[in-house]
Amino acid sequence: MKYLHLIWAALFRRKTRTILTLVSIVAAFLLFGLLDAVRVSFAEAGQSANGAERLQTGAKLSFIQPLPQSLMTRIATIDGVKEVAHANWFGGAYQDPHNQIFTFAVSDNYLDIYPEVSVDAGEMKAYNDDLNGILAGEVLIKKYGWKIGDKIPLQSQIFPNKEGSKNWSFNLRGVMKAKDDKAFQSQMIILHWKNFDETTPYNRGNVGWYISRVKDVNDADRVAKAIDALSANSDHETKTQTEQAATRNWIKQLANIGLIVTSIMGAVFFTLILLTGNTMMQAVRERTSELAVLKTIGFSNGSVLGMVLAESVLLLLLGGVIGLGLVAVISAGLPAMSGGMITTAAVSWKSWVLGVVLALAIGIVIGALPALRAMRLNIVDALAGR
Amino acid sequence: MGTLVEIRNVSKVYERGKQKVEVLRHIDLDIAQGDFLALMGPSGSGKTTLLNLIGGLDSPTQGQISVGGTRIDNLNQGALAKWRASNVGFIFQFYNLLPMLSAQKNVELPLLLTKLGAAQRKKNAAIALQLVGLADRAGHKPTELSGGQQQRVAIARAIVSDPTLLVCDEPTGDLDRQSAEDVLGLLQTLNRQHGKTIVMVTHDPKAAEYASHTLHLDKGTLVEQAAHA
Repeated sequence: MKYLHLIWAALFRRKTRTILTLVSIVAAFLLFGLLDAVRVSFAEAGQSANGAERLQTGAKLSFIQPLPQSLMTRIATIDGVKEVAHANWFGGAYQDPHNQIFTFAVSDNYLDIYPEVSVDAGEMKAYNDDLNGILAGEVLIKKYGWKIGDKIPLQSQIFPNKEGSKNWSFNLRGVMKAKDDKAFQSQMIILHWKNFDETTPYNRGNVGWYISRVKDVNDADRVAKAIDALSANSDHETKTQTEQAATRNWIKQLANIGLIVTSIMGAVFFTLILLTGNTMMQAVRERTSELAVLKTIGFSNGSVLGMVLAESVLLLLLGGVIGLGLVAVISAGLPAMSGGMITTAAVSWKSWVLGVVLALAIGIVIGALPALRAMRLNIVDALAGR
Repeated sequence: MGTLVEIRNVSKVYERGKQKVEVLRHIDLDIAQGDFLALMGPSGSGKTTLLNLIGGLDSPTQGQISVGGTRIDNLNQGALAKWRASNVGFIFQFYNLLPMLSAQKNVELPLLLTKLGAAQRKKNAAIALQLVGLADRAGHKPTELSGGQQQRVAIARAIVSDPTLLVCDEPTGDLDRQSAEDVLGLLQTLNRQHGKTIVMVTHDPKAAEYASHTLHLDKGTLVEQAAHA
C-alpha cells in the first residue's frame, strides 16, 4: 500500500494518454456490461416462481404449426393440470411497421394462468363483454398515450380480416398491470381468440400453443409427458416444456444470443489487450531511466515487477468499475427513458465478479511483458541510455 | 581513520557483441572512511564503471570489493539491492528525479524501503530538504525547480536514509558555474560536517578541487594520485 502513490503517479504521468486509454477500457466494459445484461435478460426470460408452474405446449415440428382447439379439453382432464389456456400469435404493428407490439389472440381464461398480472374488475368485464375489445400492457399504454375506450388500429403481419385487409381495429377496454414493469405482459396486447378465429379466414379452430398451470411444480415433468402422449403418433405431435425452456428455445430459434455476445466480447477484449498492451509497453519504455533510478536506490526486481503489474491492473480495474458502474446507471434509467420499451437486467453480482476478474486478468496479461522488461532492466545500461 | 572501501585486483570486461572490452584492469584501491575522493580521466577511461562497482550497481569480472567490511562483489542482485538501500546514496549528472512526484515525495523514495511510517518518512524527508536549503520547495515538482535546485533535491534523496557512502557521477556536469559551486559546497559540508564518504566522478578540475584528493584513470588503470589542501 505504501507504493500506491507511486503507482498512481506513474499511471497519470501522461494524463492525456492515460485518460484516452481509460476511456477505451470504460467503453469496452460498458459494452461488456450491456451485452451481458442482454444475455442475462434472455437467459432469465420466463424464469419466475409463477413461470415454474406453467407448461407450454406447441407443435413438435415447429412453433408456427397450429394445434387443434379440441386438445384443450383433453389437456384439462390430465391429472395434475390445474388450468389450461391457449393463445395464437397475431403480430400487430401500430401506426408504423417498425412499432411492433407482441399481440396474442387468447382464450378467455388466459389471464387466470398469469396471477402476477392484474386487471381492474370493471375493465375486465368491459373486455369480456366486447368481442372486439383488447387489453394492453401498462407500459405500452403510457408509451403511446392511449386511453380506455380508444380505437386502436393494428396491422397484423400475417392474418387478414374478413375484408381481406391486414388492418384491424380494436377497442381498448382495460390495462394489464404486471407486478414487474419488465414483465412481458406490461408490453403486450391480448385480444379475444374467438374474435380472431371468426374474423380471419386463415384460422379455423386452431390455436398456436397451450399454456397449462400445474398443481405441483415437482410434478411438471410427468404432466408434460402426459400432455405430449395425447398427440403421440398424430399429425399434430406436441412438445411440452416449462415456460422458461420454451422461451429459451424460441429465442434460440431466433439467434444464439450467448454465442453472439461471447464473440463480440472476445473481439472487443482482444482489441483492448492489443491497444492497452501497446500503450503500457510504451509507457514503461519511456520510464526506463526512472525505473533504473528506483532499482539504484534499492528497490528489488520483484518490487519493480509488482509496481508495473499493479499499474496495469489498477488501470483496468478503474476502467472496468467505471464501465460497469455506467451500465448500472443506464440499466436503471433505460426503462424510464424509453417509455418502458427497452429494459435490461440490472448488473448482477455475477456480472460484477466476472467484470472484475476480467479486468484483473487483462491487467495481468497486458502488464506482464512491460513488467518483466522493467524487472530485467540492467541499471548500468539504463542509466547510460543504452 | 579506517578504510571504508577496499578494492583488490578488480577488472571489468564488457562484451559488446562479439567484442570484449576491458574497461578496468587490475585496480587496487583503498578509500578511507570520511574521504572525499574525485575520480578524473578522459572519456572511456573507466571512471563511471569504477564508481558503479563501488556503489554496487555492477559486479566486477574479477577481483574483490569490500565496503564497510561487506564483500559486495559476490552478492546476488537481491542482496545487492538491499545493501545499496541502506549503505549508499547516489547522485547523478541529470538528477534523475521522478517528474511526477514532488520534491518531498522524491526525497522520501529511499525511505519506502525502510520500516518507517508515513509520518516519520515525511519528517525525515523534510529534515533532508532543510539540510540542502530547499525546505520551502518541498511541494514543488522537479519541472518547477532550477537545475541546481533539482540537484540539491537529488542530494537530499541520497542522504535521507543516512548512508555511509555517497557516489556522485558528474554531479555538476549539467549545472552553471554558480549552481555547481553551491552543489559542491554542499557535498563538502556533508563530507566535513556529517562525515559522509564521497566518491565523485568529474571531468571538471575545479570540481575536483573540492575533494580531499583526486585519482586519475586512463585506459582502465589508476595512473596518478593528487592530494588537495
